[in-house]
Amino acid sequence: MELTTVWFLVIAGLWIGYFVLEGFDFGVGMLPRILGRNEPEWRAVITTIGPVWDGNEVWLIVAAGATFAAFPDWYATLFSGFYLPLFAILVALILRGVALEYRGKRDDPPWRRRMDTLITVGSLVPALLWGITFANLVRGIPIDARHEFVGGLGDLFGPFALLGGVAFTVLFVAHGAIFVALKTTGEIRQRANRLAALGGVAAVVLTGGFLGWSHGLRGDNASVVVAGVAVVALLCGLLANRLGGEGWAFVGTTVAVGLTIASLFVAMFPAVLPSTLDPAWSLTTANAASTPYTLRVLTVIAAIFMPLVMLYQGWTYWVFRRRITVEPVAVR
Amino acid sequence: MDTLDLARWQFAVTTAYHFFFVPVTLSLVAITAGLQTAWYRTSKDKYLRLTRFYGTLFLINIAMGVVTGIVQEFQFGMNWSDYSRFVGDVFGAPLALEGLLAFFLESTFIGLWIFGWDRLPKKVHLACIWMVVLGTQLSAYFILAANSWMQNPVGFRYNAERGRAELTDIGAVLTNKIVLVTYPHTIFAAFMVGGGIVAGVAIWHLVRRPGTDTAAFRTALRLGAVTLIIAGAGVALTGDQQGKVMTEVQPMKMAAAEALYESEQPASFSLFTIGTLDGSREIYSAKLPYLLSFLATGQFDGEVQGINPLQKAYEQLYGPGSYKPNIPLTYWTFRLMIGVGMASVAIAAWLLWVTRRGRAPNRWLLWLAVPLPLLPLVANVFGWIFTETGRQPWLVFGLLPTASGVSPSTTSAEVLVSLIGFTLLYGVLAVVEVKLMLRSIRAGLAGPEPEPDESDKPLSFAY
Repeated sequence: MELTTVWFLVIAGLWIGYFVLEGFDFGVGMLPRILGRNEPEWRAVITTIGPVWDGNEVWLIVAAGATFAAFPDWYATLFSGFYLPLFAILVALILRGVALEYRGKRDDPPWRRRMDTLITVGSLVPALLWGITFANLVRGIPIDARHEFVGGLGDLFGPFALLGGVAFTVLFVAHGAIFVALKTTGEIRQRANRLAALGGVAAVVLTGGFLGWSHGLRGDNASVVVAGVAVVALLCGLLANRLGGEGWAFVGTTVAVGLTIASLFVAMFPAVLPSTLDPAWSLTTANAASTPYTLRVLTVIAAIFMPLVMLYQGWTYWVFRRRITVEPVAVR
Repeated sequence: MDTLDLARWQFAVTTAYHFFFVPVTLSLVAITAGLQTAWYRTSKDKYLRLTRFYGTLFLINIAMGVVTGIVQEFQFGMNWSDYSRFVGDVFGAPLALEGLLAFFLESTFIGLWIFGWDRLPKKVHLACIWMVVLGTQLSAYFILAANSWMQNPVGFRYNAERGRAELTDIGAVLTNKIVLVTYPHTIFAAFMVGGGIVAGVAIWHLVRRPGTDTAAFRTALRLGAVTLIIAGAGVALTGDQQGKVMTEVQPMKMAAAEALYESEQPASFSLFTIGTLDGSREIYSAKLPYLLSFLATGQFDGEVQGINPLQKAYEQLYGPGSYKPNIPLTYWTFRLMIGVGMASVAIAAWLLWVTRRGRAPNRWLLWLAVPLPLLPLVANVFGWIFTETGRQPWLVFGLLPTASGVSPSTTSAEVLVSLIGFTLLYGVLAVVEVKLMLRSIRAGLAGPEPEPDESDKPLSFAY
């Protein structure tokens, strides 16, 4: 296999990892007010992602860094072209990260409520905007012969892109609700089960619709199969949730999120940023790539360290495998 | 202002701001790990309580460092897309290394450390904080290797057809002579800040709360002051090495640091100047003879090249244009970096003296609590302003002018929005962060024993 293809797969894999992991913590971040009734319950919901959200977010940093290293032209055109959405994502992620870390630093209920609001908004906005961004990725954006983005903000916010945004958001809510159900006990767990069932139906409809539209625009047999399996996995997850198998339900939503992203990359390949103006102007794995030497260096690094990272991140989930219980005291 | 100016301002604002948290984090995590190790080995209660106290300050800071760090990575592509295309093949590798080796390590093991107090065996929990230390050190090394390549490009060839630099030797990039001196310089400078914080906080407690946790805070005061002084010596030694390497690879930066217009042999070091620095006339400059020759070349009678002859040489090499950085800015930031840093070492030394052999600090020592951490922190930022503006007009020295790196498709309105947005957001967050730091500092050491924990009750670090 060519190294450019290998790195296309690695970067697709990093984005899949990012959305599978941060997907549920975005979902959880949107839910404290919906699943909890008081401060100890809100805290319990947030604590389910406490030890892991920061590590999850690093998948984004590494996905962007790997794109910079392996496909500098992809990174340059994508990041300068999606300027304002990315700015909004950055602001949201900053507020969310700070709120998550600072929430418990004061024993002060109004402070914690404010932080919860920031966490909710800071989870909702990136979920929506990443959906919009990925919809644009698969549909293509106006890129000229010099590989510069020549569109405006309006080009990025069509109905298809907005559907992508809503689909990502609702899918992450279902994914996050099932994670909360898996990690808590008692009433929160029951509410999360119910929300997952309800949100899951919406997620099936919206994700199915978005994927149908995506692969109608730019799809092949392979990408349609992957997208189909994604929807089936989501349905299986919801069924498992109904039958009380939260572990299996989470496997289902994980596979659904992963394959949803995977199907978009399969549809794009070998383009990495399709041009809507002229297919000849699209950025591809060939014309956006770094030199073979750089790709070889990166391959050696990734082959050694990616398995290690997965090993110790996996260990974190093992260490914190126990369910979170709600503390009776309102404020410590 | 056009897109270029706005993009430069945004980079300056976001980077300087990000770097307020970097040295604090780099040093406080290592000091916290050291304190926890002391607790592990001695089982003395005061070490555990100090670990948790300074650990909280570290956590408040790293949260800011992490979130403002994402902006750093994104804005290369957002504002500097032509730069990204030009350097990606070379610059991307250390950046990817930083992500894979450092950021995953840091973020994952911080989570384990915060939430793992009652879940992990003591030894494993201690190892977690040391993994975070390792992550922060690796992160510093790789990002400095990337920056050093911009100061002194090595291990690449220029591909004229693609108009970009292409990596030929990753080993050369990772052992660039600039990074070999800049890494220890940056780490020592960071420890000056951490030492200053640990000591500054301890003075405040010793003076304002006499009798409360005196033994623990005395330990902290001595530890912080000694750390600051040793780190200060390290900064001076590595800074001296840096001066020599800089004279070799970026002579214009050295000349600009001194506002030295004509070559001199032997050259004297300017302490300060009153009057204009534009080279038209010198009004008054206090000078130490021979010192600059020694700093720049290692010999007291070495020749140091001046700005004017270098400008002529560069015009011959790169074509017409100005190759001078902003001279007053480089001149003064260089001086302030050294002066302010040295002042903090003097304060720390004096503090050790007045608290020797169990002497209680005076009431009026309280005012030292503020400058002790702030002076080295400000010196850190002056150092970065000096080294980055001293590279101008180059983005990558000798290869890519700053004006050629900016995104062609990005509009000045977009950059203006993000510049204003980040500035306001960062301003608000600075207030929140400092208030939270002060609250945690005032709260003092937590109770002597962590509360017994059978259930999954989150500890004081948790949400």
